[in-house]
Amino acid sequence: MSNENSVKNVLFGPVFDRNPIALQILGICSALAVTTKLQTSFTMCGAVIFVLAFSNASVSLIRHHIPSSIRIIVQMTIIASLVIIADQFLKAYMYDVSKELSVFVGLIITNCIVMGRAEAYAMKNNVTMSFIDGIGNGLGYSLILIIVAAFREFFGSGSLMGHSMMTLSTDGGWYVANGLMLLPPSAFFLIGLFIWALRSWKTDQVEAE
Amino acid sequence: MKFLRNLLDKPKGLFEKGGKLEKLYPFYEAGDTFLFTPGEVTEGCSHVRDGIDLKRTMITVVMALTPCILMALYNTGLQANLALAKIDPSLLVGWRYDVLAALGIGYDASSIVANMVHGALYFFPVFIVCNMVGGLWESLFAVVRKHEINEGFLVTGMLFPLILPANIPLWQVAVGISFGVVIGKEVFGGTGKNILNPALTARVFLFFAYPMQITGEIWVPVESALLATIDGYSGATALAVAAAPNGGLAAVQGLSDGYWMQAFLGFIPGSMGETSTLACLFGAGFLIMTGIGSWRIMLSTAIGMFVTSFAFNAMYNAGITTNPMFSLTPQWHFVLGSFAFATVFMATDPVSASMTTTGKWIYGFGIGCIGIIVRSANPAYPEGWMLAILFMNVFAPLIDYFVMTANIRRRTRKYELAQ
Repeated sequence: MSNENSVKNVLFGPVFDRNPIALQILGICSALAVTTKLQTSFTMCGAVIFVLAFSNASVSLIRHHIPSSIRIIVQMTIIASLVIIADQFLKAYMYDVSKELSVFVGLIITNCIVMGRAEAYAMKNNVTMSFIDGIGNGLGYSLILIIVAAFREFFGSGSLMGHSMMTLSTDGGWYVANGLMLLPPSAFFLIGLFIWALRSWKTDQVEAE
Repeated sequence: MKFLRNLLDKPKGLFEKGGKLEKLYPFYEAGDTFLFTPGEVTEGCSHVRDGIDLKRTMITVVMALTPCILMALYNTGLQANLALAKIDPSLLVGWRYDVLAALGIGYDASSIVANMVHGALYFFPVFIVCNMVGGLWESLFAVVRKHEINEGFLVTGMLFPLILPANIPLWQVAVGISFGVVIGKEVFGGTGKNILNPALTARVFLFFAYPMQITGEIWVPVESALLATIDGYSGATALAVAAAPNGGLAAVQGLSDGYWMQAFLGFIPGSMGETSTLACLFGAGFLIMTGIGSWRIMLSTAIGMFVTSFAFNAMYNAGITTNPMFSLTPQWHFVLGSFAFATVFMATDPVSASMTTTGKWIYGFGIGCIGIIVRSANPAYPEGWMLAILFMNVFAPLIDYFVMTANIRRRTRKYELAQ
């Protein structure tokens, strides 16, 4: 690791080195709920990156004016406004996907990553870097979501992005869909396996016993 | 004997530290200790002189399973032959029928040999696939993690085929056992460290991943298209019959005369090895006699089952008749489905069960209650022991923790009083 605050480190560090889901185990809820299909995951990732980047930037912008005793409420207000914008945008332009995502776009407000970055990074750093940090953490979150969704859609429905890749046995093909992949626990297994692989690769992430 | 020993000792250097085949030591060790008692003795402070070790424990369980295995062979064949008697033989296509024809063995359901051979043609492919794939994972982890190849897998590889339907596709057996061994056991560090029963983990994976092949009317080992040609014949289990909207006790009793006895002996459709309550009782006797299986767990599971099903039955008799399953009396719950097998061989798994004496009572009672609740109250799952045992597996360490802290507290109080 060169300079801890270099743009590269802030942007790409959270993807593998400090992944919000794999290392910090934050934002698991939505990783379980919206990953049955790739398309919904992509939309969700877009929404989270948007909210994270702009909430970080906004919090950083007014960080010297926020009284410490009410900072959580101020952060919440900012995040909530951004989530509403994202939600309304999806409802206006991508109604079908937004219907499938149902409450989970609204629940970005409770996604620990957003609040965590605002509190841990944006309160102490300048606007540009906070913005980049938001995008970086959003990318880290997206990486896991998309990998999990790709596995779940491929093995659970035999398709990717809604395009059929393997003909299902119910349609006269050879592939018997794995029903477990469509149930939320499978995301747990996949995230677990991903963390296993990641920690075998980057052994410094293994917690001391 | 000496020849064998020499044969094993000669290449030993190759496998020891610094040897050429160092990485393959687990295989050498497995072969060596399978044939001979290990020469190592305990180092350090604890010295318990006992002939029992992991290997003997596991072999005892396999021996206790013998009656169930024999019943698995016989009953699988019996169920197939009973159905085939009503089907035109010219319609039968498949390698099993070719083998049976080549051997000159017919489909006579009254002949023990015909049933055993027919059953074996279903059981052994599943058994072989299960052990080959499971063994592969086991040895892969042994080589990479540098631990011994454990006999624990022998039991898992024996139990898993017994709790599967005969018709299960072999690739599903392979996928299931892979999940069971890797996620159910190896990720926790191997035999002795798993929190869940690996065989049940494998089955629960198949149950949720491929419900079409493991639930419903698939329990008679004949192709479903052929089965459909027979009037009034379905591949459902007695529990599914009882759970049907117009089911209940009357429907189960109406399956045939003396159905309770048939179910007790195990001549009913179901997973291959778990239909016979009698065979499981033999196994239970053997496990208790050798001290391998905990009688506390078996008894408390049975008590939990009796209490809960008695309560449900009392509700039914009191007029709550919406759920036909509630009409089954405890003695029917005792013989139907996999209660006996699960209680004797699954709940007592020493690794995933509670360790403390009081804990075992709580653990078993919990399994008995939850098993009946899932079986009776949940319309989606006609059988509940797999889920009940896995659920209590998760709670076993917590139960032990509470039992131990309670004990510590009690002794502290005693000590204070004595002061």
